[in-house]
Amino acid sequence: MTSIAKPPVKHPTARTNGRGLTLRDYEGAMSTLCAGCGHDSVTAALVQAAWELEIEPHRAAKMSGIGCSSKTTAYFMKQSHGFNSVHGRMPSVTSGAAAANKGLTYIGISGDGDSLSIGLGQLSHAIRRNVNMLYVIENNGVYGLTKGQFSASADIGSTSKKGEANEQAPIDPVLLALTLGCTFVARSFSGDKQQLVPILKAAIAHKGLALVDVISPCVSFNDHEGSTKSYAYTREHEVEAVHADFIPLKREITVPETGEEVRVVEMHDGARVRLRSTATDYDPTNRESAYAHVRACQARHEIATGLLFVDENGRDMHDYLKTVPTPLVDLPFEALCPGKDALGKLMDRYR
Amino acid sequence: MSGKSGINDFAFKMGTVNGTGSASANGLLMQAIFRMGIPVTGKNIFPSNIQGLPTWYEIRVSKDGYTARPSEVDLVVALNPATYAKDVKTVRPGGYLVYDSTWPMDPDLVREGITILGIPFGRMCVETFEKDRDRTLLRNIAYAGALAALLKIDTAVIEAMLTEKFGKKPKLLAANHTAFKLGYDYAMAHFQCPLPFHLEPMDRTGDSILIDGNTAAALGAVYAGATVGAWYPITPATALMEQFKGFCEKYRVDKETGLHKYAILQAEDELAAAGIIIGAGWAGARAFTNTSGPGISLMQEFIGLAYYTDIPAVFIDVQRCGPATGMPTRTQQADLLSLAYASHGDTKHLIVFPADPRECFEMTVQAFDLAERFQTPVFVASDLDIGMNDWMVKRFEWDDSYRPDRGKVLDAADLEKIQRFSRYLDVDGDGIAARTLPGVGGKGAYFVRGSGHDKHGQYTEDSDAYQELVDRLKRKFEGAAEHVPAPIISHQPGAEVGLVTIGGCEAAVHEAADILRAEGIHTDYMRIRGFPFSEEVRKFLGRHEHTFVIEQNRDAQLRSLVQIELGVARDAMTPILDYSGMPLTAATVVNAVKTHLAEVPA
Repeated sequence: MTSIAKPPVKHPTARTNGRGLTLRDYEGAMSTLCAGCGHDSVTAALVQAAWELEIEPHRAAKMSGIGCSSKTTAYFMKQSHGFNSVHGRMPSVTSGAAAANKGLTYIGISGDGDSLSIGLGQLSHAIRRNVNMLYVIENNGVYGLTKGQFSASADIGSTSKKGEANEQAPIDPVLLALTLGCTFVARSFSGDKQQLVPILKAAIAHKGLALVDVISPCVSFNDHEGSTKSYAYTREHEVEAVHADFIPLKREITVPETGEEVRVVEMHDGARVRLRSTATDYDPTNRESAYAHVRACQARHEIATGLLFVDENGRDMHDYLKTVPTPLVDLPFEALCPGKDALGKLMDRYR
Repeated sequence: MSGKSGINDFAFKMGTVNGTGSASANGLLMQAIFRMGIPVTGKNIFPSNIQGLPTWYEIRVSKDGYTARPSEVDLVVALNPATYAKDVKTVRPGGYLVYDSTWPMDPDLVREGITILGIPFGRMCVETFEKDRDRTLLRNIAYAGALAALLKIDTAVIEAMLTEKFGKKPKLLAANHTAFKLGYDYAMAHFQCPLPFHLEPMDRTGDSILIDGNTAAALGAVYAGATVGAWYPITPATALMEQFKGFCEKYRVDKETGLHKYAILQAEDELAAAGIIIGAGWAGARAFTNTSGPGISLMQEFIGLAYYTDIPAVFIDVQRCGPATGMPTRTQQADLLSLAYASHGDTKHLIVFPADPRECFEMTVQAFDLAERFQTPVFVASDLDIGMNDWMVKRFEWDDSYRPDRGKVLDAADLEKIQRFSRYLDVDGDGIAARTLPGVGGKGAYFVRGSGHDKHGQYTEDSDAYQELVDRLKRKFEGAAEHVPAPIISHQPGAEVGLVTIGGCEAAVHEAADILRAEGIHTDYMRIRGFPFSEEVRKFLGRHEHTFVIEQNRDAQLRSLVQIELGVARDAMTPILDYSGMPLTAATVVNAVKTHLAEVPA
């Protein structure tokens, strides 16, 4: 993954978070993506979210597959371990890492090619397993690294840069996630940091797999007039379902009273997400209505964004696995090996 | 070998229908013989099917302790009309055939030179038992009873085993007892029992157990401290993870909370299984998967990634006939080359080759040590015969002073002492760079990438940096040669030729060497147990002008590997190949050696 180191210069008056770290401490290498790439805005939102959440960088693990999107992991939190796996297989590697060490924060970054074509099976099964991780799909409807082929999320009628029209129906990761029982489903737009940052914060705090589909335009191959994943198209067609703000419990902040309906969802770590419906009848805890909302928006050629669904009572992978509280990697060998006497007794059973 | 059968030295087999309950009767017979102190082996020759197709179980009794598949049988119990014609041919001249005489004798069963014993198992069971299911299932116990009379199996041993098994279910116990007596009494009343070849109690199994290789390897994973297992069901590897789960439930569940000190993930496919163990290995757990050839094919991309990024992971390959689905319930050693060089690009992998369940146990533990020490994928090349059949092996032993070899892992304190951590820097000159585990903090963080990287772990497409890295990996691989299990070598005075073999061929080749010696052909012997090949392997081959390389695949894969890696000329190695899917017999080896020696003037 291409990367250029940034000079380690800090502004003396830079604000620090509760850990004494500045935003710069949450940055990574210099991006080598095209200037104006939506993915870099996602990077900036991730930096902001992680800084605000005061994540200890070394207690986070950045996971990705292959593709433009998967480069993102190199561009934030340089003090975290990172893993670019193989195309479409980030979910399995993260499942294994999370099984081994439940004590880390797993941030997975993928793309529409990585997750909806070659990796669709792995994405589905990571959702089914409910791996405790943030799963970001940087969705631009196109294969950038191989120069402009349609991806599985390209809309019908969307055209390539050369003018060819896509005829196959798209796979919508949000509908997929809602159907498969994903416990946290959101969609946002790389150009809307106001919305994206609180969603990412809530997603990281969520216990279980939090899928965040981010429309992230490709300036080189899919930011033209015929594209439905361009900046212009997304700005015009975005419909926010739920406006979210995220409040970690340890830091008191006040939310201005607006008179609108505000719902508070408590995350498993005790933090709370405050949800304000832009549509007063929207219920983000109802999977069926969330699904219907996304479909209805699609029918109107609108893009449903915001926190679409959340279930904080779902069981995550470690609940299913019934693992001990201590991460498996921290168990001493003595706690794992039954020893000589047990083997002797066992041998008698094979007589 | 013909005509040698006698007391505690013979073989018999049952031809039945898959799914009719014969497996438990056959297991009962084998275990009873074992408990009489007599060395015994059982081979299950079964179809790729749940119910209805022909299946065979072969039991070999050998007072001398030979455990290879018998080359001929003294007695056949023919209970499947669909295979009568085939079964009757497999009885050695002068041998016996037992069949169900409830119906008139099938013309297929007629053969001169063998003794045919009819026992009306079906009629006796119909007359005795009311339920259809009992009539079918207990017919198997009835033939076990008949064999007990004919072969002089200690009935007290059988009774004790039935009580162990059905003690808590008195009705079942009584029914089994009745069925056993039906067969036993009929044989005693109608035939001269015992037959000339039969059993006499011995004292040769006291330090042994009967166990299959999959169970043994699973136990090895438990004892090695593996905490993450990921897999996708595939014959003949499936039972391995099920056994691992069973052992973990026994040994790794917190008594107070009921919580698990292990994680077993049934993946969506073999690709995911490989990804899971690589993720877990990177995170610092001892992780493994169990699969067979088709699974290895699917895992190749990940294997290459783990190799190139120095991540430990253990792959237990229970080989079967390929390619494609091949014959999934038949054994072979046909994955040797695909394991050695798995994945695209320049790759070479560490392999251990167990020959029996005891080695499955020991070598699985070793595989985890090798994987972490050398930070690389390690394969345990088992096969269906070892993995799924019960073998008589010496009891497993464990040294409580064992501690896992975690290799070079830097913790926070280690990182304090160094100026800069570079993930792929070969400080010690052995090709092995120190790693850190996620979560360690400080300067220990690094990025795993399958794309070009330099010794610091940074992305690069620089030619020199790439070559430096892959050369380091080669150095690391070569250094492993003295750490993989050493070959087993034995010499006979005046040996003319060398026998070289691998894995489960051991039993047959050892027996063949004894037979050849009795006929005046002396051989030296080497069983290769690890890849890369050690210096001892090279020396053995250098000492012999001519060797026979015995393996179970069509293309002489072991010979190719020896030729490629050690430069031994092909002409100096005569392949003896059995790729029938059946476990190797000593006769196959003896005949091939003798034929070749007769053709080539000394």
